Amino acid sequence: MAEEIVFCRGGGCTAKLGAGVLSRVLSCLPKGAHDENLLVGYDSRDDAAVYRVSDDLAIVQTLDFFPPMIDDPYLFGQIAAANALSDIYAMGGEVKTALNIVCFPEKMDLNLLGEIMRGGSEKVIEAGAALVGGHSIADDSVKYGLSVMGTIHPEKVYANNRGQAGDVLILTKKLGVGIVCTANRVGEASKEAMDEAIRSMTTLNKYAAEICANYDVHACTDVTGFGFLGHLHEMLDGRLSARIRSKDVPVIAEALHHADEFLLTAAGQRNRNHTQPFVTFRNIPFAMEEVLLDPQTSGGLLIAVEPVQAEELKQELQKAGLPARIVGELTNRTDPEILVV
Amino acid sequence: MNQTVNAMGDACPIPVVKTKNAIKEMGAEGGCVETLVDNEIAVQNLIKMANQKGYPVQSEKLEQNKYRVVMTIGTEKAAESEVKDEAVCIPDRRADNTVVVISSPYMGEGDDALGAVLMKGFIYAISQQDTLPATMLFYNGGAKLTCEDAPTLEDLKSLEAQGVEILTCGTCLNHYGLTEKLQVGTVTNMYVIAEKMTQASLIVKP
Repeated sequence: MAEEIVFCRGGGCTAKLGAGVLSRVLSCLPKGAHDENLLVGYDSRDDAAVYRVSDDLAIVQTLDFFPPMIDDPYLFGQIAAANALSDIYAMGGEVKTALNIVCFPEKMDLNLLGEIMRGGSEKVIEAGAALVGGHSIADDSVKYGLSVMGTIHPEKVYANNRGQAGDVLILTKKLGVGIVCTANRVGEASKEAMDEAIRSMTTLNKYAAEICANYDVHACTDVTGFGFLGHLHEMLDGRLSARIRSKDVPVIAEALHHADEFLLTAAGQRNRNHTQPFVTFRNIPFAMEEVLLDPQTSGGLLIAVEPVQAEELKQELQKAGLPARIVGELTNRTDPEILVV
Repeated sequence: MNQTVNAMGDACPIPVVKTKNAIKEMGAEGGCVETLVDNEIAVQNLIKMANQKGYPVQSEKLEQNKYRVVMTIGTEKAAESEVKDEAVCIPDRRADNTVVVISSPYMGEGDDALGAVLMKGFIYAISQQDTLPATMLFYNGGAKLTCEDAPTLEDLKSLEAQGVEILTCGTCLNHYGLTEKLQVGTVTNMYVIAEKMTQASLIVKP
């Protein structure tokens, strides 16, 4: 069954359009009348939109879909769903309903689609949400994902850009899944590394988000297509800087080996181009630079938390089985914007 | 011998993979590899590889959606002298490339209860050395020492915080049902274990 999935040209979040291209297009769009109930729109380039319905209730909306990054249709469904659901968790929301988004070639075996959607619906159930419908298109390659709706208290939204100088940064999953999947496509990844990547990508950010609810989290985002440094840049919002200790960043060890073999994606290089102006690497090995720029599919949460609570939050996350690490801190704006040591 | 690689229509990392294969085929005598690609990002990824490998590289746009990247690969002799130069640049790291290998939860043979106490003491003592190892490898029964409830966790976390790479065999974690219980360092595989051991300047095995 596996070989029947026509391999797309690099799946998962590596298929995302570059951040640079996207900002140009978005900045040209006409803006409608200002709506004070729209708490988070795309102006802040946040993970999901938040719209206030009443004083104590807002809805969170997002959608995400992409081509397969692995051969197994069932696991692909799980990963695509975990990735789409993640944006709600990154806002601090609770997932309520989800709709399937499907592109599938008419001539392909429908059992594959069944497996993809089975994987997806299992993750929706694990999230505690209801799968309530969807839309499908006959297309020349497979794509799958979800449109998700969640709820949140309007005053408890984790914007991605409200961090404060002094906040400690925690990352909840290992980096390198993009590189490992790329290596796997050319037959170079070990089974152990692939299993680790798949375990990471199918893990819902729900568990990390639930733990965060008990702490003073100032900003939160999920690390996906723009890579760790790209998403960190968005978090800094032009107001802050960050210092990252590369040795503390959780990484799938084998990803470094494949990066040294140049098994790198186009999206990773786009991330390098996009982040170049504001990142300084101080004596960082080439492979580690690449991992920090690697597009992540269903990556972890990047959390900016009150410094005194950071150690305890990290330990709670680790107790929940997550490879969470303290990776650096936010500072007042300086040059370079992001220093990696 | 010169080679041409046609990577038109190929997505990254295929142009790089094809180019690497062409370089390998070229063998000892070296020469030029010309790679044709259809997008600018692929050009950048090829240049990135050339720069890391120290190959002189040039690129040009031939027409819309067609680019040529040419790398010059030195002869094997030249490559050898490059390696020598590199080795001179990084003597310190090599000298410190000590790898500690832990293959059992017990130190020595005889009484396992004693062996467990000795192992805990050994790992503590390692954490107190002036020169720390670069890497610690844990496999077979040793894998238990990096997991939940191990008496060695605290010292291993302190070692990790000081930059020591802690690697545990994934197959072993799986075998003992400990995959979800790893508490320190990262999971590794036989490829990396073999690489770390063959490249070590000193292997310490209690």
